[in-house]
Amino acid sequence: MIVELGHFALILATCVAFIQGTLPLAGTLRDNVRWQNAARPAALLQFTLIAFAYGILTYAAVTNDFSVRYIAAQSNLLLPLPYKVASVWGGHEGSLLLWVLMLSGWTLAVALFSERLPLAMVARVISVLGLIAVGFLLFILFTSSPFERLLPAPADGRDLNPLLQDPGLVIHPPMLYMGYVGFSVAFAFAVAALLSGRMDAAWARWSRPWTVVAWVFMTTGIALGSWWAYYELGWGGWWFWDPVENASLMPWLFGTALIHALMVTDKRGGFKAWSVLLAIGAFSLCLLGTFLVRSGVLTSVHAFANDPERGIFILILLALVVGISLMLFAWRAPKATLGGDIGLVSRESLLLTNSVLLVVATAAVLLGTIYPLIIDALNLGKLSVGAPYFNAVFVPLMVPVIFLMVPGGIAHWRENRLRALANDMRVPAIAAIATGAAVWLFTDRGTWLSGMGSALAAWVVVGLCVQIITRLQKPGRIAPSFWGMHLAHLGIAVIVIGITFVKGYEEERDVRMSIGDTVSLSNYRFQLTDVAIADGPNYKALRASVEVSKDGRVIEVLEPEKRKYFSSAMPMTEAAIDYGWFRDLYVALGDPIQGGAPQWSMRVYYKPFVSWLWGGAVLMVLGGLFSISDRRYRKGSAPQIA
Amino acid sequence: MKKFLIPFGLFMVLIAFLAIGLNRDPKEIPSPLVGRVAPAFELATLDPAAPPFSPQRMRGQVWMLNVWATWCVACRQEHPLLVAFSRANQLPIVGLNYKEVQVQDRPQGVAVDAEGQLALARQKGGTWLQRYGNPYVATAFDLDGRVGINYGVYGVPETYLIDQAGVIRYKQIGVLTPEILQDRILPLVKQLTAAGG
Repeated sequence: MIVELGHFALILATCVAFIQGTLPLAGTLRDNVRWQNAARPAALLQFTLIAFAYGILTYAAVTNDFSVRYIAAQSNLLLPLPYKVASVWGGHEGSLLLWVLMLSGWTLAVALFSERLPLAMVARVISVLGLIAVGFLLFILFTSSPFERLLPAPADGRDLNPLLQDPGLVIHPPMLYMGYVGFSVAFAFAVAALLSGRMDAAWARWSRPWTVVAWVFMTTGIALGSWWAYYELGWGGWWFWDPVENASLMPWLFGTALIHALMVTDKRGGFKAWSVLLAIGAFSLCLLGTFLVRSGVLTSVHAFANDPERGIFILILLALVVGISLMLFAWRAPKATLGGDIGLVSRESLLLTNSVLLVVATAAVLLGTIYPLIIDALNLGKLSVGAPYFNAVFVPLMVPVIFLMVPGGIAHWRENRLRALANDMRVPAIAAIATGAAVWLFTDRGTWLSGMGSALAAWVVVGLCVQIITRLQKPGRIAPSFWGMHLAHLGIAVIVIGITFVKGYEEERDVRMSIGDTVSLSNYRFQLTDVAIADGPNYKALRASVEVSKDGRVIEVLEPEKRKYFSSAMPMTEAAIDYGWFRDLYVALGDPIQGGAPQWSMRVYYKPFVSWLWGGAVLMVLGGLFSISDRRYRKGSAPQIA
Repeated sequence: MKKFLIPFGLFMVLIAFLAIGLNRDPKEIPSPLVGRVAPAFELATLDPAAPPFSPQRMRGQVWMLNVWATWCVACRQEHPLLVAFSRANQLPIVGLNYKEVQVQDRPQGVAVDAEGQLALARQKGGTWLQRYGNPYVATAFDLDGRVGINYGVYGVPETYLIDQAGVIRYKQIGVLTPEILQDRILPLVKQLTAAGG
C-alpha cells in the first residue's frame, strides 16, 4: 500500500510539472503576473511530491520489500544498509527517479535563489525546467516505473551488482547526475533568454554560478568514476574511452567551454549567440548521454539492460527538447546584439579560440563514440573504435587548449599588443622549455612526449604564478573568483603531470607466484607471503598477503582479494593499493593456476604520480567552489555598485 | 538566419542515425566465415572404431555442424530441439564437441596425455548423449579447441549450416530456438537443396 502512495505521488508530480511547464510561460506571453507567480509554488510542490516518492522507494529498499520488482532485482537481505540505500539508484528505474528528483531539486533552488531576477525570467526558466520534468516523468511512468509489484514476492532479492558495492560507486552516480541535471539550469536560462527575445547579457550573469555548480558536480562525478575504475576493476587503468565515459566527458567539455564563453558574454557582452548555443549543446549532450547509456545502441562495459521501447522514448524526448530549442535558436539568435569591439589579440579572442577547440574536441569524441553506430546504420559493417583513435585525436586538440590557458589569462580585454603579450609570457616560456628538455633528456625512459607534457604543466604553473604576482602588485581586494580560476587551472596542470608520468614511466608485471615468490618493480620488492580465505557479509574471498619492501625494509603489507559474491557467478577483483604522493603500488590477485604446487597469477604495477590525476580534479572542484563563493553571486547581497 | 540553422541540421542528421541505430543490435556480429568454405579438420569421433571425421566427408549434402560440450548449460537447453529435429531426418547434424576436458576434470597434479583425454571425453560425452538423446550422425572431439579457433567459436553452443560445396551459409551464436530454425535455417536449407538439385 505504501509503495502505491509513491506511485501516486509520482503521477501527481507529473500533473504539477505540466502546470509548472505551461502556466507561468503562458503568463509571460499574456503579461499575467498571477500566472507567472505560480512558478515558484509549483516548483516547491513538485519537489515535495518527487522527494516523497523517492523516500518511499528508499523505505521499500531498507525494509526489504521484495514484492517491489525493482527492489527484488537490486537488493538482498544480506546487503549492508548503506548499500541498500544506494541500491535505489543502482538500476535503470531508480536512477531515473533520482534524475527527476535532482531536476526538481535544481528547479527548487532556482525558485529560492532568484529573488533578484525579474519575475518573467524566473517564470520562463522554471517553466522550461517543468517541461523537461514532464518528459522524464512520463518516461518513468510509461516505460520504467520503479513501483511495479512482483507477486508473489520472492523470499530474497537478487542483490546489487557487486561491482557497485563500493563506497566510491555509491557517490559517483549521484554526483554525475547532479552535473548532468545541473546543466539543465544553464539550458533553461538560455532558452528563457531566447524566448524573451531580449538576448542581452543579463542571462549570462545569472546563469554563470549555476553552470559552475553543475560543472563542479560533474567534475567530481567523472573523477570518482575514474578513481573507482582504477581501484575496483583491477587492471590499473583510469580512463577507457568507453561510450558511457565519453557520454560524461562530452558535456563536461562543453560545460567548460560554456563557463568561459559566459564570462565573455557577462563582462563584455560578446559571443551571445555562441554562449546560448553552448548552453543548449551542453544539456543536449547530457540527454544524448542518457540516451546512449539507457537505450543499448552501443556496446559498453557499463552493461545496462537495454530496451528498444525505452530507447525510442528517450530519442523522441531528445529530438523534441533539442530540436525545439535549436529552432528557437535559429529564429531568435540572429537578433542578438553584438558586444564591444574585440581585437584580434585579446582575452576575448583567446577565450573564443579555446572554446572552439573544446567544441571540436567534443565533436571528435562524439564521432568516435557513435562511429560504430553510423557505420552499422549505413550497412558498411560492424566495428569498434578504441583508445588509439581517441588518444590520437584528443591529445593534439587538448595541447593547444592548455597552451592557450596562459595567454588567455594574461591578455587584456578588448585589445592587447602582440609584442606586449609575448613579453609577458617570456618567463613561463623559458620555464616550460627548460622543464621539458630536462625531463626529456635527463630522466630514464624520457621521451619527447613526456618532455612535452612536463613543459605544458610548467608553462601553466609558471604562467599562473606570473598572473598572481602581477595581480598582487595592483591595489584592490582580490575577488575569490580570481583564486578560483587559478586553482582550477592549477588542477589542469596537476592532471597533465599525472597523465604524463603515469603514461611515460609506469611499470607493470604479470606473474605467476607461489607462496614465498618475489617480484621486483622499480625499487620495490613484492613477496607473496600468504593466501587465505576471508569472509565478508555477502561474499567469500581469497585474500593474499604481499609484503612490499624497499631497500630491504618492509614498508607495507598489501592484501588484494578475489571475491566471490553469493549472488553472482562472476568473481570480483579487489586490488590492494599503497597510495603515495609520488607513486602508487598496485597489486591485483588473479586466478589460481591449476596443477602442481598452488600458484596464483598476480598483476603488479608501479604507477608514478597517478594520484595527481584525482588531486588535480580536487583542485578544479575547489576552484569552482571558490569562484561561486564570490559576493556577486551570493543571495541577498546588495547589487554591486559600479 | 541560415547559418543559425546549421546546428539544427546537424542535430537532425544525428537523430536520424540514432533512430536507425536503435533497430540494430550492436552485439550481433556477422561471422566473416559466412560465404567461405568451412575450414578443414580431421578429428577422432565418439565411436573408437570409426575413422576420424572430416567435413570433406559431407560434400554433396547440406548439413549442420553443432558446437557443444557437456559442461555447457545452454547446450542442454537447445538439445531437445536438436533431438526432435534429427528425428525428422531433414539434414544430418554433426556434433563438434568443444574442449570437453576442462582443467577441473583433471586430477590435481596428474598430467593426462592426449590419449587419456580422448578416452575421458568419449566417456563423458557418451554418457551425456545417452541421457539426453543423440541427434548427431557423428560427434568429433575438439579437445584443444584448435578447430574451434578456426571456426571462430566464441561461445558454446554455436551452429553452422554448410552447403553441398562445403561453404558455410549461416552461423548461429548461442542457443538455437524453434523460431530461428523455422524462420532462418529451414528456408535456407530449402533454397540450397533446390539450387543443388
